[in-house]
Amino acid sequence: MSSTKRSPWLTLTALLVYFFLYAPIIVLIVFSFNASRTNVVFEGVVNQGPCGPFYWYCQLFRNRDVMEATRNTLVIALTSTFFSTIIGTMAALALQRFDFFGKNAAETSLYFPIVTPEIVMGIGILVLFSAAFGWINAALALAPNQRLTMGLGTVIISHIAFSIPFVTLVVRARLHGFDNRLEEAAMDLGANELTTFRKVTLPLIAPGVLAGAMLAFTLSLDDFIITFFTTGPGATTLPIYVYGLLRRVVTPEVNALSTIWILVVLVVVGISQWFQTRE
Amino acid sequence: MIQSFRENRRLQGFLLILPTLLVMLVMLVLPLTLTVITSFGQRDADGNVIYTFTLENYWRLLGFTETGWDDLYLGILMRSLWLAVQTTVIVILMAYPLAYFIARAPEKRRNFLLFLVLIPLWTNFIIRIYAWVMILRGQGVLNSALGGVAGLLSIPFTPFDFYPSQGAVLVGMVYEFLPFMILPIYTSLEKIEPNLYEAAADLYANAFHTFWRVTVPLSMPGVVAGTILTFVPVIGTFVVSDILGGRQVILVGNLVQRQFLDARNPPFGSAASIILLLMTLALTLYYTRRFGLGEEIAAG
Repeated sequence: MSSTKRSPWLTLTALLVYFFLYAPIIVLIVFSFNASRTNVVFEGVVNQGPCGPFYWYCQLFRNRDVMEATRNTLVIALTSTFFSTIIGTMAALALQRFDFFGKNAAETSLYFPIVTPEIVMGIGILVLFSAAFGWINAALALAPNQRLTMGLGTVIISHIAFSIPFVTLVVRARLHGFDNRLEEAAMDLGANELTTFRKVTLPLIAPGVLAGAMLAFTLSLDDFIITFFTTGPGATTLPIYVYGLLRRVVTPEVNALSTIWILVVLVVVGISQWFQTRE
Repeated sequence: MIQSFRENRRLQGFLLILPTLLVMLVMLVLPLTLTVITSFGQRDADGNVIYTFTLENYWRLLGFTETGWDDLYLGILMRSLWLAVQTTVIVILMAYPLAYFIARAPEKRRNFLLFLVLIPLWTNFIIRIYAWVMILRGQGVLNSALGGVAGLLSIPFTPFDFYPSQGAVLVGMVYEFLPFMILPIYTSLEKIEPNLYEAAADLYANAFHTFWRVTVPLSMPGVVAGTILTFVPVIGTFVVSDILGGRQVILVGNLVQRQFLDARNPPFGSAASIILLLMTLALTLYYTRRFGLGEEIAAG
């Protein structure tokens, strides 16, 4: 699309939508410096202890629950992204380049999770795991401390399941304009399958795979509903932790946490942008 | 043996898809099958599921009870549907101008403008809703700002009850899903060839006609994809209504969640979940048949 003269009304509307997107973020950041613990009214900038205005930021790092939830969230997101990216990329290659038995079933099963409300998947998995675990625990007569329960494992496998369709979709979009002759040329020149994949196919689809991985990571970090139904003791993620706080009192620590979160994301994205422009 | 494997592209394709099929079997097909089976069951006094075959749960959802007709659950379904439609329409109306603005910006600046849309997504779903609580509550930011303006103009001011309410839920839903509409619409707008506009201008179309006859039809795939990415999560969520509606606004998501965790009635919760699934599938199927498949889903 070409850039032509824009009407001032369009610019004004765009600015208003941007304002709507950012107002809550600004409020979050401002309130991370709040002097009031209950965090309802802004009662001036906090100035307490050695950290001064960054009091809540220091409190945050002393809060074990928050630290554990952060660690769980990252462990779940990294593990599920790793597996869903590999499995999803394999599926994209299969669907785009091969014909095989069960292709239609695979296409449908990959489209299905996208149009299924998350809560339906979440309670389905809950029903399955509680039935299966109950049955296994009873059949093997496991002692209470050996029993299978919901936890990090169930959350990770659920996140892998809901991320795969999105990874596949993104990688397939990239494969769409892929020229098969490039691979044939490599093979004609004596490269075997593995070398061809490593030196020709992978570099060409790498941006798509990376975009798929980024999407899977974002979806996992942000997920509440499926995590809510599949989590268990010791597997509290940040969204679950904050949801629990909302029923009691949310202290400005949560605001401090999200401020740090935004800064980290900005730095990471900034660095990757810088690398891309340098190339 | 190895040679024949190399030649056998069917087998290769099948092996590549096998992990996906296994994951989908265990994490999608089995759970849904079990949910359907549970929805035909009953529960005993302790909340355990008894597997029988009864349609009782579905009849109850449709409003048939021992004491007569009760449209409580149908009302919840309709309210969820209506809220999802409202959210989607408002989100399209807000996302389209912004996507259009970004697509018409100088090429160098587009990525930055798009990046600005994404940043709010990288905070946390729950924290974003909580930010709206801080803005909308009685002593919140919005009432303080309005009070300040009223004070300057010396108008008497009583704070509004923005929260908790159905309106607050709507604002929260719109906020959460706006970026998922902006991205696909932008992707389809950006693909439009500039010479189509020149052609329209050569054929004496004015700006309005060009927009209505060229831009809008060509951006429909983006709108369709955005609609699915908005409508499906909105109709099934229970968190936004839980936090911003403060127990007043009960949606089908809240109904399902409470049947499982508070009321301990999995069969009834499963039936509600299956009805939600069927309703969503029917609507998205009708919608994609009518307006074409949303290819731009990948962009979201």
